Amino acid sequence: MAKSSKPVVWGLFAAGGTVTAFVTPVLVLLTLLAALGHVVGLLAYDGLHAFASHWLGKSLLFAIVFLSLWHAAHRLRITLHDLGVRSDTPVAVVAYAAALAGSVAAAVYLLRI
Amino acid sequence: MSRRPYVREVSKSRWFLGQPRYLRYMARELTCVFIGAYSVLLLVALKRLSEGREAYEAFLQALASPAGIVFQAVTLAFALYHTVTWFNVTPKAMPIQIGEAFVPGGVIIGAHYAGWAAVTVLVLVLAEAL
Repeated sequence: MAKSSKPVVWGLFAAGGTVTAFVTPVLVLLTLLAALGHVVGLLAYDGLHAFASHWLGKSLLFAIVFLSLWHAAHRLRITLHDLGVRSDTPVAVVAYAAALAGSVAAAVYLLRI
Repeated sequence: MSRRPYVREVSKSRWFLGQPRYLRYMARELTCVFIGAYSVLLLVALKRLSEGREAYEAFLQALASPAGIVFQAVTLAFALYHTVTWFNVTPKAMPIQIGEAFVPGGVIIGAHYAGWAAVTVLVLVLAEAL
């Protein structure tokens, strides 16, 4: 078996790209509506707190944050190369470490709710 | 090898400007900046939520600032561009073969758009009802 981290890195990127393609537009729409004065039940404190208190809600929120962060980190790494930044290893380490740190933080916050 | 090889001068950081195809490619790649920034916004929302009602409601207030609204409007545009470009390459990224024949690309793309519409309506209805 080939010893490469590529399938894992790319698999998470693809999973994140798919999840963000399906849910990010509607999530942005919901928070934008809230910002414009129409706070839906889910985004009100009681609604979101109840949602995030349930293990299923926690899992969904964690999956969305983790996969979106990973997707963005990987694509940013590739894009920085395209923009002429040729020091791939430091870029990759910083990008993936940031995605990992954000995911751990998300887990900690969710477990506190 | 020729003693004076022709080297076409291409900027490493601005090569995509002036070519619509390359510009669309770069716009697609740069959606990740907004997807990433919005994930950070979600992360902050979770932090504020874990800190209690006052912290969370202050967060909602911050979202409603002019900067918050502009950021979200631009993010919405890039998120939609990400969705469209992501779905449009699905037949290349995961071709589906049944027997000898491949499922036509249009069918795979169409199924994704149908799924997207269903997810969007479902989330809107559930979020409103909760």
